[in-house]
Amino acid sequence: MTTFTQKSPVFVVVQLSGGNDFMNTLVPYSNPAYYDNRKFLNISEEDVLALDGTLGWHPEMAPFKELYDRGMVSVVQGIGYPDSNRSHFRGMDIWHTCAPDEVSTIGWLGNVIEQLDPSGDNPLTGVNFGVGLPRAMSKAGVPVTSVSNLDEYGLMSGIAAQQQRDQALQIFKDMYGQAVGSGPVMDYLSRTGMDVLSGADLIKVAPQQYESTIEYADNPIAKSLRDVARVHTANLGTRVFYTQQGGYDTHANQLPTQPGLFRDMSRAVNDFFADLEEHDADENVVMLIFSEFGRRINDNGSGTDHGSGGGAYLVGKPVAGGLYSEYPSLERDKWEKGEDLAHTIDFRGIYGTVLEQWLGLDAAPIVYGNFEQINPFRAN
Amino acid sequence: MANNNLALKAHLLRRAGFGASRFELEQISDKSYEEIVEDLVHPERFEEIDEDYLKRYNPDVSYHDNIGSHAGRWIWRMINTKRPLEEKMTLFWHQVFATGYYKGDHTPSTIQQIETFRENGLTNIKRILLDLAKDPSMNYWLDNCENHSDQPNENWGRELLELFSMGVGNYSEEDVKQAARAFTGWTFEQPLPLYPYGHYETKFVFNESDHDNSEKTFLGRKGNFNGEDIIDIICEERATTLFICRHLYNFFVEDEAQVPAWSIEPPRNPEAVDTMIDILMSNDGEIRPVLSYMFNSDFFKNSFYKKVKNPSELVAGTLKLSGRYSVVPADGENVGTLYGTVAVMGQALMNPPTVEGWHTGHEWIDGGTLNERVNFAVNQFNDVSSPGFRDILERLGPLVESVDLVDSCLDLIGPIEVGEETRIALSKYAEEVGDVNLGTNEDKVENAQKIARMIQLIVSTREYQFA
Repeated sequence: MTTFTQKSPVFVVVQLSGGNDFMNTLVPYSNPAYYDNRKFLNISEEDVLALDGTLGWHPEMAPFKELYDRGMVSVVQGIGYPDSNRSHFRGMDIWHTCAPDEVSTIGWLGNVIEQLDPSGDNPLTGVNFGVGLPRAMSKAGVPVTSVSNLDEYGLMSGIAAQQQRDQALQIFKDMYGQAVGSGPVMDYLSRTGMDVLSGADLIKVAPQQYESTIEYADNPIAKSLRDVARVHTANLGTRVFYTQQGGYDTHANQLPTQPGLFRDMSRAVNDFFADLEEHDADENVVMLIFSEFGRRINDNGSGTDHGSGGGAYLVGKPVAGGLYSEYPSLERDKWEKGEDLAHTIDFRGIYGTVLEQWLGLDAAPIVYGNFEQINPFRAN
Repeated sequence: MANNNLALKAHLLRRAGFGASRFELEQISDKSYEEIVEDLVHPERFEEIDEDYLKRYNPDVSYHDNIGSHAGRWIWRMINTKRPLEEKMTLFWHQVFATGYYKGDHTPSTIQQIETFRENGLTNIKRILLDLAKDPSMNYWLDNCENHSDQPNENWGRELLELFSMGVGNYSEEDVKQAARAFTGWTFEQPLPLYPYGHYETKFVFNESDHDNSEKTFLGRKGNFNGEDIIDIICEERATTLFICRHLYNFFVEDEAQVPAWSIEPPRNPEAVDTMIDILMSNDGEIRPVLSYMFNSDFFKNSFYKKVKNPSELVAGTLKLSGRYSVVPADGENVGTLYGTVAVMGQALMNPPTVEGWHTGHEWIDGGTLNERVNFAVNQFNDVSSPGFRDILERLGPLVESVDLVDSCLDLIGPIEVGEETRIALSKYAEEVGDVNLGTNEDKVENAQKIARMIQLIVSTREYQFA
């Protein structure tokens, strides 16, 4: 068993899938160019939750703003990468693998989990909540646990009699446990099966031990973050959590869609940190919220098309809070491809920041190079 | 394998359909492999499935409200259809042209799109793309209804080229913009309001006054192109043919890297794909001849264990074996249950995560989904009174000797082959069980559970995860 302490640094990733419109998340409300280019889809100066004289949060982000005001949110303005790929698939792949020029199947967090638990002893070092494992967490030979329903997790759970279930589990172990070298996919199945067996045994205590006064809302991201809290507070040695919220691909009908997403997300994040605080389990948790790209500067009358530069957020007690990097320029001659916000910092530098300043890992081998970092954490 | 021919037919039906029970395999025992292929690519030779009986037990599939019921109805069709390739091609196009219900929340359009794939799935690539371009569900999904002559929305134009026909690297950003302009004014009729009577269907309309009627340059051709012209041009391109054939090979023969990698990674079996391209091109984009060639080829016949079952294949295939959803759903369940089942395995039918569809192959499997797959398959054989299981029990005869138990069950569940480690583990269970007497009804009642457990262990194997 890998040794760990309750206070080892923990990293939670929340992926906003579909490409979130950063300009309408943190609104440059004092800039006339914003209103000139967002003729239809803009947030008026009266509606923004002003952060300073130039920027303001989307009105549905109040619970998030509260965290910001408490110094718990470091905003990364203008995150992206050169020659942004506007495809969701490729865009997400690039964020997941740090490999913009080739198709890689090695997830950056797969590398992280491998380094945090080199022997692969604890299948709960990395835990995903949701259906399907994100490529970010996958690396051949690195066990991770992916849970769609925390309360009913475990093999052969339909066999009622415990003795018979144990017998079936033993045979399952014999079938999956021995094979090596019968082909990569067969081997992958073997390892996955064995990891499920041990992961399920370990994780089942999490729902049993959890009690909280926080009442999360009833929506997917709230449910997922509650699951993160349940497993984190069970002290099972999980160092990397992953979950996502979908729906940000707002080509059309952005006006009615985006507020609901922000409402769910910002409430859930706020509840999550309140929950951890209640359990005295928030000192060692940092959350990264990101999306695969920002959206076009000009709206299309109803929504916004795929763009480039966007925003990301580091959240938690350990962060110093405030604004980092620069808000992308709204001046036309600075636009990427003549229509997108140009990124002002590479996402691999933000990954590097988390890796080196939070998780204590060497960034270069994971993000494949050296990229400009920021200093978003409180000094110890 | 004891009966090679039988195993090969079972393989064909797992790939070109959703598997077959031993009873179904026996029904076609007098047909040659080649004849079965011809039957598969000509579904019109067989009666269409009658949904009336299903509707009697699942009233909500007669209405347009619950998408889960309709996704479940589709799985019920996969299980019970006499036209397995028709449903398989429907799934194929659904995977390629991934359209999510969740954006529009409009059930009639979603099920209409699936019905269109069912009708045109085995026809011609040009017709299929044109139907797709006019499909209201796709139109809304990729915002072509927001693609106006004075304000183009390039979502549909881009994905048509990137994800539905040619693939990255075969066109420019400018071509995307020009294609988008050609599809301006392609929209759908505003359906009647939801209240008070529920969802109404809608249909394609061409709004000429909103169409950009000026000249476009697309893939080197110049003209006042409309959407039809764009699809004509796309279908002339070899890139499109290659794209379709790679998809067919990947879906039916062998798991490969997926679309985003295609501009970088060559096909795993370039010879096979080249031949398929030639056949598709010389037949003016007709799908059937390509499928016939593929299913009859040696590369297909030798592709055991080269494909991981997608969740629909796993669920429908297992239910064909247990017979729990033949005719009507199992007691206490609704076909909508099946939607939840494939969804937790990572394939929410009619609701793919994004326009790129699902990550397939071994990416269907992770700790969470393997857990779901194994538990689902095991649970289908908890009930020893299910028709499929009773059939297996009958076929085993009055006495199953311990040494034969593994082979007999592997045969009846496929036939499937398993590796040495799996066989050893299963044999250990067979030894613990000893000889199983099934001679009388009392014996069957007493010993059915022992056989059911063996079947449960077999459907838990790694080998069972492969199509």
